[in-house]
Amino acid sequence: MIAVVLNDVLNIDETPVLQALQEAGDKLDGTEGEAVLDFSSVRRIDPSTLLALQAFAGTADKKAVKVVLRGVNIDVYKVLKLMKLTPRFSFVN
Amino acid sequence: MIVSEAVEERVQIPLAVETLSAERIAYLEGLVSQARTAAAVFSQFTQEDVDRIVKAMVLAGLKQAQYLARLAVEETRLGVMEDKVLKNMVATEFVYNYVKDKRTVGIIRELPERNLIEMAEPIGVLFSLTPITNPTSTVLFKCIMAIKTRNAVIFSPHPKAWHCCAEAVRIMYETAVQHGAPAGVFTCLDSPTLPDNAYLMKHKDVGLIDATGGPGVVKAAYSSGKPALGVGAGNTPVYLEKTADVNTAVVDIIVSKTFDNGTICASEQTVVIDDEIYDAVLKKFAELGAHLCNEKETRLLERTVIDPETGFMQPLAVGQKATDIARFAGLSVKPDTKLLIAPIHGVGREHPLSVEKLFPVLAVYRAKSVNEALRVCVDVNHAGGIGHTAVVFSRNEEVIRKFGEVINAGRIIVNSPGSVGALGAVYNDLVPTFSFGCGTGGGNSTTDNVNIFHYLNIKRLARRTQNHMWFRVPNQIYFNMNAVENLRQFPSLSTIIVTSPLLEQIGHVDILRRHICPKTRIHVQVIPDAEPEVKIIAQGVEALNFYKADQIIALGGGSVIDAAKIMKLKYESPEADLEYLAAPFLDLRKRVAQYPTEKTNRARLIAISTTSGTGSEVTPFAVLTDKASGRKVTLADYSLTPDVAIVDPQFVMSMPKGLTADTGIDCLTHALEAGVSNYASPYTDSSAMQAIRLVFKYLPIAYEHPSDEEARCMMHNAACIAAMAFSNASVGVNHALAHAFGARFGVAHGRANALMLPHVMAYNAAVPTKFMPSPYTKGYVAHKKYAAVADLLGLGGNTVDEKVKNLIQATEQLLDQLGFPRSIAELGISREDFERAVPELASIAFEDPSGRSNPRMPMMKELEELFWKAYEGRGVAKVDAALEPAHV
Repeated sequence: MIAVVLNDVLNIDETPVLQALQEAGDKLDGTEGEAVLDFSSVRRIDPSTLLALQAFAGTADKKAVKVVLRGVNIDVYKVLKLMKLTPRFSFVN
Repeated sequence: MIVSEAVEERVQIPLAVETLSAERIAYLEGLVSQARTAAAVFSQFTQEDVDRIVKAMVLAGLKQAQYLARLAVEETRLGVMEDKVLKNMVATEFVYNYVKDKRTVGIIRELPERNLIEMAEPIGVLFSLTPITNPTSTVLFKCIMAIKTRNAVIFSPHPKAWHCCAEAVRIMYETAVQHGAPAGVFTCLDSPTLPDNAYLMKHKDVGLIDATGGPGVVKAAYSSGKPALGVGAGNTPVYLEKTADVNTAVVDIIVSKTFDNGTICASEQTVVIDDEIYDAVLKKFAELGAHLCNEKETRLLERTVIDPETGFMQPLAVGQKATDIARFAGLSVKPDTKLLIAPIHGVGREHPLSVEKLFPVLAVYRAKSVNEALRVCVDVNHAGGIGHTAVVFSRNEEVIRKFGEVINAGRIIVNSPGSVGALGAVYNDLVPTFSFGCGTGGGNSTTDNVNIFHYLNIKRLARRTQNHMWFRVPNQIYFNMNAVENLRQFPSLSTIIVTSPLLEQIGHVDILRRHICPKTRIHVQVIPDAEPEVKIIAQGVEALNFYKADQIIALGGGSVIDAAKIMKLKYESPEADLEYLAAPFLDLRKRVAQYPTEKTNRARLIAISTTSGTGSEVTPFAVLTDKASGRKVTLADYSLTPDVAIVDPQFVMSMPKGLTADTGIDCLTHALEAGVSNYASPYTDSSAMQAIRLVFKYLPIAYEHPSDEEARCMMHNAACIAAMAFSNASVGVNHALAHAFGARFGVAHGRANALMLPHVMAYNAAVPTKFMPSPYTKGYVAHKKYAAVADLLGLGGNTVDEKVKNLIQATEQLLDQLGFPRSIAELGISREDFERAVPELASIAFEDPSGRSNPRMPMMKELEELFWKAYEGRGVAKVDAALEPAHV
């Protein structure tokens, strides 16, 4: 059951993806239910972003917040799959 | 995946050889010995022999196809007899069609344009494991492949398909031997066990393991330390995209999924259907005999056909009919039901039917977008099917290609049935096989459809190749006194003359003006610096653009001409990145940096040299100085070669003595180095020799009598001719040393060359510590070439060694005559300073591309020694270890 969605769905733009993830991580305090990260404008993902996403998932786990990734394109999805990260997230279009 | 095998393999796997009795070991050794003998004898057979035997075997297999199919179904209780007949026929007839014209003995391919021949070497003894799902067809397939490639096989059939496989082996063996194959070429393990398999997998005389079976068997094969071919688990995703031909797609899926009751591991497992066509597709399935399970029925099915503990399919369901499975699951279906279709909402343990199901049960998923569909297909692919097979039904080429990109499968079947499609040669042009390689994702060594070429070691006979060479020089070269008059034949609206301040002052530019077409607008661009740098080039390009120049005349020494070459490059290709173009390379033909090819030919470049040395008027090189970093950037490409060269000695009459000597020796060094270069050819040799002759004859005269027109003319020609030689043959280690030393201590190029020259000649003439690999030169000939120069100059000598010594002596005499310092020490450079510099100089010299065409590979220590010899200088140049003709 979704108790709270993150205030604004965070658009993860390509360039400041790391920064956006860090900001999202900061907003997890006090969040319940679900955090939705919008990846629709992310074309590719780099190692530092992968690490940041993992860290974000870890933090969300601890706070029992479910992480939903929206609009992940298939190339990025495949990277997450190869890194065995997909079970940590839900995916929506 | 062959679940029954997988289930067995999850039980204790005894691998220890000691569990085998002595008697059993003797039996296994007997099989290997027999196979080894057969393989050895087989290696003598010709292509005609093997083809004759193969054809007979294929015909025998075809005749017995039904008999073997019946045996297989009776024994394994899996599959559909009629479909197994088809499999046996594909395994014989279709495989034969593929192999019949292939050469597999001796020379199998000749590539005359590459001087390559490919030849076949059989492996020897193969240890081949066959599955329960396609027992006889796999045996037939492997027997044909083995005979075609002159290999012997020891078969280890799946225990639950032993009899039918053993019968297939017997039929193939008897036919083969009847037609000439050596006795013992096929054997079949009786009552094979895991310890038997382990023993044979590790046997030293088994050359290759071909494991068509479950993951345990394949893993054992790859872990044995032996070369192996294996297969992987399949979990075939299918994307039924909205533009697909639904009717054809549905029929294809049914054909494939029900073929042999779904036992081919490439068959469809989960069909992901676009939302827009989902209902229509399911309706079509129902019309054609599929039962669409509701949610309750799906739960019942899951509990029946999937093991809740392991998450894998239940062995008992493998190869069973849809109606039988329905009955087991407690579903009520029509008696003619071919296929059970169950909707799933995800992939993973929570969705049990998303795994591989080798029976006529198909999972379907409704996808709301292409992205979602691809994601689910990737999920299915990764859920136990990496590397195997995937299917896409679509008419959208972009979707098809994207599917191919994201799915990791060796076979991506488009708009056709998965299982039969993956077999190859039925619906497409894939190589026919009964062994699907799944690549590294599946723990295999290949993604290929395993075929005859995996049963061979391919040898390649590679002959020495004579690469084509070239001799590239400017289009037009005008020489001798007043050759500059030819300028008038080049029409131009706007000409930029690039020159040095001195040449403008002494009136050389005015000479040009007299001969340029009167209507031509002329601008003079003066290069203020002896060494052109980036800023100067930019200014020059600005002028070229401003005046819309269609002609550039470079009047000057090497630096001026180099500057003009680079200006032209940037004028015609403004985006050209000089740093990129100056990237190092080993072979001009293979270089990474590519010069612009689509040029506009905006300006003709005419080069008029005012020194008799660098030969820059005909070379493809240009050197630029980056003052900011102090580095020299060297550009080398034939596109830099001037269009026209004018070699007019009137421009060198006033060269001072020092410059005459320096540039003259530079010319001699060019010619000598081009002469012994590894890139030398008859074309460059003739130029090099001529230039050397001219220098020795005319340089002393030009030096002593600067107003001697003939001497000046001949030296000017010599410089150009030597440059034509080294433009195509390159220079050598002398230049590499001179570049390093000259830049470090501010010594003029010609002078630096002179200091090294006698020592380098002695060095090159000696037996190399290391030969420079060179496909262009046969043997080591530098000493012989020096001897030939000595002969040309009439220096005498009876042996090569004597002639080389005479040449070195004559060179030293020339240097003395020209007043050159004969040692670096004489330049006033202290020993301490020099000692400090030498290691770095050697390193720089080693990196210099000039050294790569040297006949002798310069070792770092040797470069240091050469520097020291030049430091000490006079009288030191001796050939340390001469090459006698008999040694080469």
